[in-house]
Amino acid sequence: MSEKLTSRQDLLDMYERVRVLVDNKINYDPDTKRVISVCSCTGCASQESLELVDKLNEIIAQRGLQDRIHADITGCFGFCARGPIVKIYPDNIFYVQVHEEHAESIIDSIVNNTVVDELLYKITPREHAKHQNDIPFYGKQHRIALHKAGLINPENFAECIATRGYQALAKVLFDMNPIQVIDEVTKSGLRGRGGAGFPTGKKWSFARASNSDKKYIICNADEGDPGAFMDRSILEGDPHSVLEAMAIAGYAIGADEGEIYIRAEYPLAIKRLRIAIKDAEEHGCLGDNILGTDFSFHIHIKYGAGAFVCGEETALIHSIEGHRGEPTLKPPFPAVKGLNGKPTNVNNVETWANVPTIILDGAEKFAAIGTERSKGTKVFALAGKVNNVGLVEVPMGTTLREIIYDIGGGIKNGKKFKAVQTGGPSGGCLTEKDLDTPIDYDNLVERGSMMGSGGMIVLDEDDCAVNIAKFYLEFTVEESCGKCTPCRIGNKRMLEILERITEGEGTMEDLDRLERLAVTIRDGALCALGQTAPNPVLSTLKNFRDEYIAHVVDKKCPAGSCKKLVSFSIDPSLCLGCGMCARNCPVEAIHKTDRPGKNPRLMAYEIDAGTCVKCGTCLTVCPAKPQAIKK
Amino acid sequence: MLKNIVMNGIAMQEDSSLTILDVARKHGIDIPTLCFLKKDDCNFTHRPASCRVCVVEVKGRRNLAPACATYLEEGMEILTNSYKVRQERKNIVELLLSNHPNACLTCRKSNSCELQALSSKLGISNRLEFAGPLSQENKEYRHGSILRNPSKCILCNRCTAICKEIQGIGAISASQRGFATVISDGHRCVNCGQCIQVCPTGALMQYEDATDIEKKLADPDTFCIVQTAPAVRVSIGEGFGLEPGTDVSKKMVTALRYIGFDRVFDTNFGADLTIMEEAHELVERIRHGGKLPMITSCCPGWVKYIETQYPDMLDHPSSCKSPQEMFSSICRTYYAQKYNIDPKKMVIVSLMPCTAKKKEITREQNMLDGLQPTDFSMTVKEFISMVKRYGLDISNLPDGEFDDPLGESTGAADIFAQTGGVMEAAIRTAGVWLDGDAPWNINWETGYDSGIKESTVTIGGITLNLCIASGLANAGKVLERVRSGEKNYHFIEIMACPGGCLNGGGQPIAKDGKYAETLAKRRAGIQAVDKSKSARISCDSKSIQTLYEEFLGAPGSELAHHLLHTSYADDSETI
Repeated sequence: MSEKLTSRQDLLDMYERVRVLVDNKINYDPDTKRVISVCSCTGCASQESLELVDKLNEIIAQRGLQDRIHADITGCFGFCARGPIVKIYPDNIFYVQVHEEHAESIIDSIVNNTVVDELLYKITPREHAKHQNDIPFYGKQHRIALHKAGLINPENFAECIATRGYQALAKVLFDMNPIQVIDEVTKSGLRGRGGAGFPTGKKWSFARASNSDKKYIICNADEGDPGAFMDRSILEGDPHSVLEAMAIAGYAIGADEGEIYIRAEYPLAIKRLRIAIKDAEEHGCLGDNILGTDFSFHIHIKYGAGAFVCGEETALIHSIEGHRGEPTLKPPFPAVKGLNGKPTNVNNVETWANVPTIILDGAEKFAAIGTERSKGTKVFALAGKVNNVGLVEVPMGTTLREIIYDIGGGIKNGKKFKAVQTGGPSGGCLTEKDLDTPIDYDNLVERGSMMGSGGMIVLDEDDCAVNIAKFYLEFTVEESCGKCTPCRIGNKRMLEILERITEGEGTMEDLDRLERLAVTIRDGALCALGQTAPNPVLSTLKNFRDEYIAHVVDKKCPAGSCKKLVSFSIDPSLCLGCGMCARNCPVEAIHKTDRPGKNPRLMAYEIDAGTCVKCGTCLTVCPAKPQAIKK
Repeated sequence: MLKNIVMNGIAMQEDSSLTILDVARKHGIDIPTLCFLKKDDCNFTHRPASCRVCVVEVKGRRNLAPACATYLEEGMEILTNSYKVRQERKNIVELLLSNHPNACLTCRKSNSCELQALSSKLGISNRLEFAGPLSQENKEYRHGSILRNPSKCILCNRCTAICKEIQGIGAISASQRGFATVISDGHRCVNCGQCIQVCPTGALMQYEDATDIEKKLADPDTFCIVQTAPAVRVSIGEGFGLEPGTDVSKKMVTALRYIGFDRVFDTNFGADLTIMEEAHELVERIRHGGKLPMITSCCPGWVKYIETQYPDMLDHPSSCKSPQEMFSSICRTYYAQKYNIDPKKMVIVSLMPCTAKKKEITREQNMLDGLQPTDFSMTVKEFISMVKRYGLDISNLPDGEFDDPLGESTGAADIFAQTGGVMEAAIRTAGVWLDGDAPWNINWETGYDSGIKESTVTIGGITLNLCIASGLANAGKVLERVRSGEKNYHFIEIMACPGGCLNGGGQPIAKDGKYAETLAKRRAGIQAVDKSKSARISCDSKSIQTLYEEFLGAPGSELAHHLLHTSYADDSETI
């Protein structure tokens, strides 16, 4: 049976008692017990990292090393492209792409005080990174929201306490009044990480100002941007920080109940939240009379079905209430009339995750990081054509160039950078000229994009701007709730126009229509989903108008990615007559001719355009240099 | 609180409880709307701000504001009709048109379609600007009394709101999402037709029987009889440019004869008969410890509602058939025998303010030895277009009189058309039976504009707690109070449509959104008809007295029970 903490002193006593768990990981001492921390979050777990933990502990037991070594789960390291990730504490040795077959050698290396060289990240073929900090991916990162992920076992309450868990809550309950709490958050300059960047302290003050017998706190964990998973990683790696922050806000605005609205597709995050809520309640850190005070705060979990629009706070509230997930007009804002008609404060997971640190370390320290109007850090899900995809947390004001080249390791296969899409389907694309812009809320908006929840997809020269706009619009059309006319019909019609253009059937009038519709939807749609849906179209039209015109006038896709506008052919003067292309063609569209190719004794091949499905396989297998296959 | 605003350059001081739309209309500035609905006859305002047709510019706002749902704020500078606003509005309506079948020429809603009017008003000539495929197939299908065509739906959600908020059912709601969003088919639909009354386009219309009726009328082997409901005589004129409430009973009779009906009778006769049976049943229940409160059963929408939503309370409604069904039962038996007409050749058509009546006529429990008493039920809307098809104009026709004997009625039957009318009619007759001096007028605790009213009357030493409710959401509230024991009523009258049959789902749709005014005028009209009658108590009807003497015996007799009473069944499992 766990002990109930009924005072601040109880919490601090427990902290002193258990802090060794984490201190031993951070402070190097050759004699302490080694902890093999294995990332257990969705990405790495899908590559059997949990089985790896079992295997490691099995070997440890077999070899009687329980007193010297322990393998444990931990949260996301962010370097997901190279997962499963394993870190040896306190030596700070960082292994990538670790699987069960490596378990023996890892144990051996710890026993022998060596390193498994083959599992180290290779900066260059000869230069191998032994420690996490040696890896360029981590060079410019600064973790606040994710600072416990990768350090603690998220299912172990003691490790949460050992990393000062619930001390921020204790601080507000015993040292601060609600106004002071809101002032502190306001002073920190924290802005909503869900997308719009509304000042968090201000939002809390609105909810506080509403008089009501009942108020609610909501955690928006309905992460929906394609490719974004920062909220999931935070919940999987450090659920207690979010719970603690919700309770702090509950105290600040006068709410005694919180709801976490989380998509059902996040089973691991849900499991860890459940464990965390139960542990926190059993220890008196949540529930009735928290830490022996008069303050009570209960947290419930509500599942969402994964509709993108339910990330919009009014739609989210309707969904919790059991209604159709449709937004309603603001005002009234949730701070006045929210869940069950009561004042409600909604913040996103990443926003919550910053709050305990702000309270514990002070607003000044937090506000010292970042730019003038955007403070702290931001987590981005870096994806697309960069070498290092994964989760990165950087100070506000870091430039796109630093993220893409220094952290992301540059463009894959040495291709040319074309653009980066931030803000997911609500954002826009930024190009070469924006690479040195310090990233913050206002700079991104000024350049036609937005922060959004932190999706960042890098495009190279092979990506077609029209096709990218089409991709995002397909997503919005799929995710539109259908309530208002501009979003429901307008986005569909825009998508149809883009489809025509990418198929070579667009007209110049279509470009005008696109612009007209984009403005109508932006200015006329009911909620932020609709209002921002045209952004990918508007920003690609602005930055890559020539590419649109090439599709319309020349019927060409300059990036060579729109299938209908691409054709494959074989240059007989370069064809070796080897037949590799014909053997690999999935539809038998390539045949030998009776005309000699580069080698006069071997006949050249040709492609039957009518049969060709433009898969590009021939291009990848053609051994001729220069290649005989032409796109 | 008063706010200083500037609208189209004119400085104004208006209250913060008003929306931009309210203020604009107050000052004679037109802002077009589509999804917005102010149903003032039942104090209901629907402002989902979803169609975006009413958008206006507000200085300092990054996007356009929906006028219908944006309340005044200090210092607002509003442009209701700028170039930008007109362009965006036009684009939005063009988008709606791009997803609407190009079928105005054959659409029954043509000329009364709000989308059509809006398109014309905004000067849209090239509707192909944003052409694309329709989200739903352009196809009509029947769902109960309702004719649906989802491809004509513009998703204003007026129908779902009225069904949920006013009728308390929520039979329909949006399903799917995005471009595929569609209003689902009615689950537990009671066929009241209130959705039809608020649909701005041809997406929801009544199912029509006129073609079949006209075929029967042209068939020489049929004997066609029509019965006309109390509520229709004060609304039919609206289809011919007359004011709501104009009593066109006599011209209606002429029109029906010209159309070819062999006999023109009055459902009012059935209403008087209903009172005889129902008042008798009430007195019996009170005297012999029967189930109380007794609830009226004239309204098929209400009957379907209790069968689907409150199946545990089916012993409350009176066992009396509705006036329509009583009439047809008597017509097919008593009248057929008396005048030697083959009941199988009879085609009985009812002219009703109601769409639910179309379903009521097929109720298994109402069959007469296997024969359906009423063959067809047509609505006022249906009748108006039929009259026009026959080349007639009600306002120009000579007067006619109902045929005897089933055309005679008292004023008590006329007031069946309005909420509280059945109750008052019953009290008039009960008063005569129990105490010659009982007062006619019941002093209701609240006025006619709220949906639930209560009163207590004492007749012949018996004190009766009465309640009337209209609008099924109100009915639900009353039933909850009865079930919980909070209220001890003796007699309750329920009508499904707000205000009663005068506001039925088969009535002409009020022009220019003047719902309350139209209802009030119809009500004044029917009350005038009641006052003009020489007999105003059902038991005073000579034909009714003759019917009992010659045929039925006495109210509640075995034959009366066989022909005029019915039963109810749990329908909660039926979709």
